[in-house]
Amino acid sequence: MTYAWYPGCSLRGTGRAYEESLLAVFKALGVEVEELKDWNCCGSTTYLSVDELTSYALVARNLALAGREKRDIVAPCAACYMVLNKTHHYVNDYPDVKLAVNRAMQAIGLVYDEKVKVRHPLDVLLNDVGVKAIKEKVTKPLKGLKVAPYYGCQIVRPYATFDDQANPVAMDRLLEACGAKVVHYPLKTTCCGGSQKGALPEVGLDLIHYLLSEAKRQGADVMATVCPLCQFNVEAFQQDAASVRPAVSMPVVYFSQLMGLALGCSAKAVGLKRCLVSVEPLLAEKEIAYA
Amino acid sequence: MVIRRIVKFEAERDPDFANWVTRMAGGERIRHCLQCGQCSGTCPLSLYMDHTPRQLMHLAREGFKEEVLTSSAIWMCTSCYACAVKCPKKINITHLLYAFKERAITEHRYPKRFVVAVLARQFARMVNKSGRVTESRLMLKVCLRTTIVRILGLTGIGWGLLRTGRMGFGNEHIEARNDLVKIIESVRATRKELAL
Repeated sequence: MTYAWYPGCSLRGTGRAYEESLLAVFKALGVEVEELKDWNCCGSTTYLSVDELTSYALVARNLALAGREKRDIVAPCAACYMVLNKTHHYVNDYPDVKLAVNRAMQAIGLVYDEKVKVRHPLDVLLNDVGVKAIKEKVTKPLKGLKVAPYYGCQIVRPYATFDDQANPVAMDRLLEACGAKVVHYPLKTTCCGGSQKGALPEVGLDLIHYLLSEAKRQGADVMATVCPLCQFNVEAFQQDAASVRPAVSMPVVYFSQLMGLALGCSAKAVGLKRCLVSVEPLLAEKEIAYA
Repeated sequence: MVIRRIVKFEAERDPDFANWVTRMAGGERIRHCLQCGQCSGTCPLSLYMDHTPRQLMHLAREGFKEEVLTSSAIWMCTSCYACAVKCPKKINITHLLYAFKERAITEHRYPKRFVVAVLARQFARMVNKSGRVTESRLMLKVCLRTTIVRILGLTGIGWGLLRTGRMGFGNEHIEARNDLVKIIESVRATRKELAL
């Protein structure tokens, strides 16, 4: 079964390494994906606060396009994943929303398809591929690497479809299958501040500092993320956070970058050079071999 | 020292606003609010808000329109949905805050030059026009419309992103841009018809 790949805007910008590494992981594990033809932006949570109804209709275009291809969507970005799922919920629950969406789709010659499932790569990797199959494909185990699994908000909230809302474990299981040691990380679903860093620096920087210092306190060497905004915030603003709070430096990567390395993908294939806080010295120190 | 009356009289409330809140998609459960405060307790930003989420719920359903729409709190929400999943009455608080923001924008009540509000409008404008968002261009637009000095603070990170190939200035867009125009027009017509 081939999935409709919905990268979203961030994975074409700051989150480029997320798309590169996920596609490398999918390839290594035989998960077939093909980019959803002419997909459009999900509007994120931002568009929802400008024009909610139009936002659903714009999102529905993607669901309709996938429905036409008879494919389920795989959406790696937390905001895309949440907003696509939310649209299904609101169209289903509210007749007015349904009417507006159906008419908008009619206007562009498409049909909204409620059967299109929106899935996250964590879900696909854990439940379709499975831990056993992943373990068999691991050639360069991440032995001795201590990872803090940071899920952020919107993968599990408000629509937890494949994991627990307060204590998700999908990423933990996947990284363990790759030989890493996953540390206890109580802040795994705590907010990174989203785009508040831009508006109220002191608020955003505090949250970023807590996330980093707790990961350090739990003994983590590196933080693994599943959301392009989390990854960007926690990685890019480490220096800024150090200006208001004690400095904590830690590489912050996408979980798929670590998985890719374990599955034998090259450093280039998983976009390792795109890190602002390089993870390579750490891998060398831990004597973790990678292609 | 400015002395002003803080307590409002019942006649100063706006019942239309309360009706609008309870009638909107996702707003029907606001009457069930117990004022338990789980939302404010779990909110990572409530420490900085002028009205906490619990207060906003009560103000909104009682028709304190002015307080709700001019509140800084609605612009602080990061959409983490912690309140929505904690609420024992299953009120989608995060969702209601989107609606307050939308209304504040429509009625031009949002704080001028405030980054979150500017970002929201520029974001939507870009999606309407191109169908996709180019992050670097969006950031530039937001900086130009708020404080241009902000760009200086971001140069270090900007350089890092350029160096690692994470920032492009190309204009991402979809092929069927005409679809966007048709969708927006269609929704506008439906909204008018249903008086939403």
